[in-house]
Formats: sequence, C-alpha cells, structure tokens
Amino acid sequence: MMIQIEQVGLTYQSPGGETEALRDLSFGIGQGEFVCLVGPSGCGKSSLLSILAGLERPTEGRVLLDGVPIEGPSPRVGYMLQKDHLFPWRTVWGNVTLGLELQHENTPERQARLRALLERYGLGEFLRSTPDQLSGGMRQRCALIRTLARDPDLLLLDEPFSALDYQTRLAVSADIHAIIRAEGKTALMVTHDISEAVALSDRIVVMTRRPGRVKSLHTLDSLWGLSPMERRDHPDFRLYFNDLWKELDVHV
Amino acid sequence: MSEPMHHPSPARLRWLQREKRTLQAVWGLRAALLVGFFLLWELAARLGWIDPFIFSSPCRIWATLLRMGRSGELLLHTGTSVLETVVGFTLGTLAGTLAATLLWWSPFLSRILDPYLVVLNALPKTALGPIFIVWMGAGVGSIIAMTLAISLIVTILDMHQAFRSVEAEKLRLMQTLGATRLQTFLKLVLPSGFGAMINALKVNVGLSWVGVIMGEFLVSRAGLGYLIVYGSQVFQMDLVMTTVLILAAAAALMYQGILQLEKLLKKHIGVTV
Repeated sequence: MMIQIEQVGLTYQSPGGETEALRDLSFGIGQGEFVCLVGPSGCGKSSLLSILAGLERPTEGRVLLDGVPIEGPSPRVGYMLQKDHLFPWRTVWGNVTLGLELQHENTPERQARLRALLERYGLGEFLRSTPDQLSGGMRQRCALIRTLARDPDLLLLDEPFSALDYQTRLAVSADIHAIIRAEGKTALMVTHDISEAVALSDRIVVMTRRPGRVKSLHTLDSLWGLSPMERRDHPDFRLYFNDLWKELDVHV
Repeated sequence: MSEPMHHPSPARLRWLQREKRTLQAVWGLRAALLVGFFLLWELAARLGWIDPFIFSSPCRIWATLLRMGRSGELLLHTGTSVLETVVGFTLGTLAGTLAATLLWWSPFLSRILDPYLVVLNALPKTALGPIFIVWMGAGVGSIIAMTLAISLIVTILDMHQAFRSVEAEKLRLMQTLGATRLQTFLKLVLPSGFGAMINALKVNVGLSWVGVIMGEFLVSRAGLGYLIVYGSQVFQMDLVMTTVLILAAAAALMYQGILQLEKLLKKHIGVTV
C-alpha cells in the first residue's frame, strides 16, 4: 500500500467545546488506485484530506506515505480544492507555474514538462490568456496542471467538480479522470455525488457520520478498466449505485 | 475573448446613438448647473438680494484670485497646503499599510491591539490638536501630526480588513503549494486586496485634507486653512470664498491623481477588480 491510514483520530478544540471529526479510521490506498471517499456531510472527509496533505496532524494514529509518516506539505502530494482558485491577475502560465515559483523550482526542465502537459490537454494556445478567458472545463484542467507541476505521486481532490453545472460536471470529471490515469497518478477524491464516485473510482470508501470512521469498502470489479461514460451505461452501474445509496442511508 | 469584427446591427447603432445622446445630456446639464449657480450668485449680489460683503460674488472672487496670483500668495498658500497634504497622505498610507501588514502577519498581535484601535477610531482626533501644539510647537510638525491622527487609524483598519478579506480556500491553496507567509502575502494577499487598498487610499486622501485644514486652523502662518481663518477674522469674505474654491479644486485634482494611479497600477499588475 502506498498510503496507510492507521487508527487515525482527529479532535478539534474551539471555545464552543471539542469536536471529534475522525475516530479510529483505517484504510489503505494502492499505487495507481483511484479511490473515492463518500459519506454524510460533516463526516470529516475534508479533515482526512488535510491530514494527508500535511496541513493538519492527527491527534491519534498515523498516516504513512510509502512507509514514512506525513509531517507537513510535501511535493509528493498534490491537492485540488473545490474551486479552481485561479488567480485572475496571473496568466494561465503564471497560474500553473505558481507552485514552482514558490519553491524556487522554476527550472527549464520543469517548465518544459508543464508546457507539454498544457499542450497535451488542450491549453497550449492559452498560455498568455487570463483565467476569465477560459471555459469552466479549461479552468479545471488548468487547476489540475497547477497541481501536477511538481509531479506529485498522490493527488487529493476535494469535491473538485462541485462548483460546475451538471453537464459540464460530467464532461470535466471524465476529462480529469483521464488525465490522472494517463499521468499514472494515485488519487483520493472526496465527493458527495454517489454516481460520480461509481463512475470514477476503483474503490469506494464509505464513512460513517461524525466522528468519521470506515463504514464499508466497495471494490467496483465489474467496471474495472472502463471510462466514466462507459461505466454510466453499464448494467452494474445501478447495482453499485443502489448499494451505496442504502449504505449512506440518506434521510431527507 | 474579443468578438470578431463585423458591421453593427441597426439596433446596435440606435442603442449607441441613444447612449451618446444621454452622455451629452449629462455633461450639458452638469455644465449648466455650474454656470447657473455662479450666474445666480452674481445676479443676487448685483441686485442686492444678498450682501456681497458677507456672501461675496463670483466677480469679486475672480478679482481676488487674479490679485493673489499676481502677488504670489496663490502659489505660496496652495503650495503649502498641497505639500502638507501630500506628506501627510504618504506618511499615513505607508505607516498604515505597514501596521496593517503587521496585524495580518500576527493575528495574536491583532487580538491584543483590537480594543485600542476601536477606541482610537472612535475618538474625535481634532481633540488632540492642542496637545500636538504643546508637544511640537506651532509649525508644520503639528499639522502633519494632526493629519496622521485623522487618517492613520482608518487606514490601518481599512487595509487590515482588505488583507483579511482574502478567501480562506485561497490561503489553503497557498499552503498546499508550500508557500511561506511572506510569499502568501506578496503573491496572494496584496494583489487580491488591491481594490480595497485603492479604496482606502481614496478615503485617506480626503482625510488628509481634513487633517491639514484642521491643523492650519489651529497653528499655521501659511496655507489654505490659514487663509480661511485669517479672512474670516478680518471679515474679508472674498478671500474666504476664493480659498474655499481653490481648496475644492486642489482636493478634486488630488483625488483624480489617485484615480490615475489606480489605472496605472491596474495596467501594470494586470488586476481586474
């Protein structure tokens, strides 16, 4: 396992009292896997991503990346947030090179790699454009390439499509999924959209209500190797969807 | 994305025509309002509806202006006040931005100082005038101190607010990219707080004028504030009214200067807020 999450607990302190976000949470992610994390809102999904990104330390247990505890932000882990957060005062090129600039790694090799990524994913002609000249899907790709700039092995995605309308969302999620696959990255994505989870992941981790722990693990064997669009048309798609729906026990 | 070049439709042409007429009307009425005001004022003075000795009149103001221009008074007094305002504004902006940066840098410090800033902000700063005179003497020092007293706290509060209004998620993005606090400030907080900072400058330039005029009322031997106080004491209302008009023009020009600076900066760093 590339990522090992071992009996992780996380408790927040605030003037209002203690909040236990995670309790005794354990699972692993294999090299090259695409794992989705689903669960009721406020179940600590984003907290777990923060821990994996090294932005927060667990109060219990530990998280290992290739056997080494994660103790701070690392170039091996890339984080994609809910919105693209492209800076309007920078060009596309200025945005994707932000991480390199901050780390003083703006080397010709890195730049060549980034330029190749932008070319490959349809942004080659837009290096000098500003973000407001891009479509929603292009912005999302731009944000992903910014995350890929330092060549991370693990990508954390925190509901990266939630700000998009339904149709764009279907297209962009397939798009981003294909890029992550093509670049051979391992991914952990938080979503509250069950169909999105079934369409994209190799494995789905269902979390319980707060304090969050693992409720069940689902391996989508019969959909393996299919693209998100093909999956949505597959007869088993419904079965997995219904399983998860019951598991999540949605009450309105 | 720029639209392709083509001939505008008739509806578009009509709209442009209407828009042009509206713009002409706005400028025309603006000019008419100004000219009408001065004409009415002059007329009222000539026909004896108002006493020109107390209310002055546009012709008397014009004559005063010419006399002041010839004697060099115009340049001396306007120059003095403008210089004081520019110095006060620059010092206030620099010190205020620096203080706001420190408060942003250390939320702990910000928490400690918060009640003091609130009290200082609520205090009518003109009350400090006599204290400055005792400390610094009746000179330019006291006037600059007065200007800073009036503009500094507001600048600090406005700038700090501008810095703090950066989205939490954007700060998080910088964290995930491994940015230091200085990098976060320079590459995210400053550019995204740009609009609010320019607004703070606009407020600040007005407050600097208030400070300078207040200061000159209290202590000066030159400057527009001095002329107004002097003129009213010797009952030369022509001088007072002329000075007020000069003051309005100078303040408006300086405000325009800030607008030009804003344009320049926007173009330079490409901020579109």
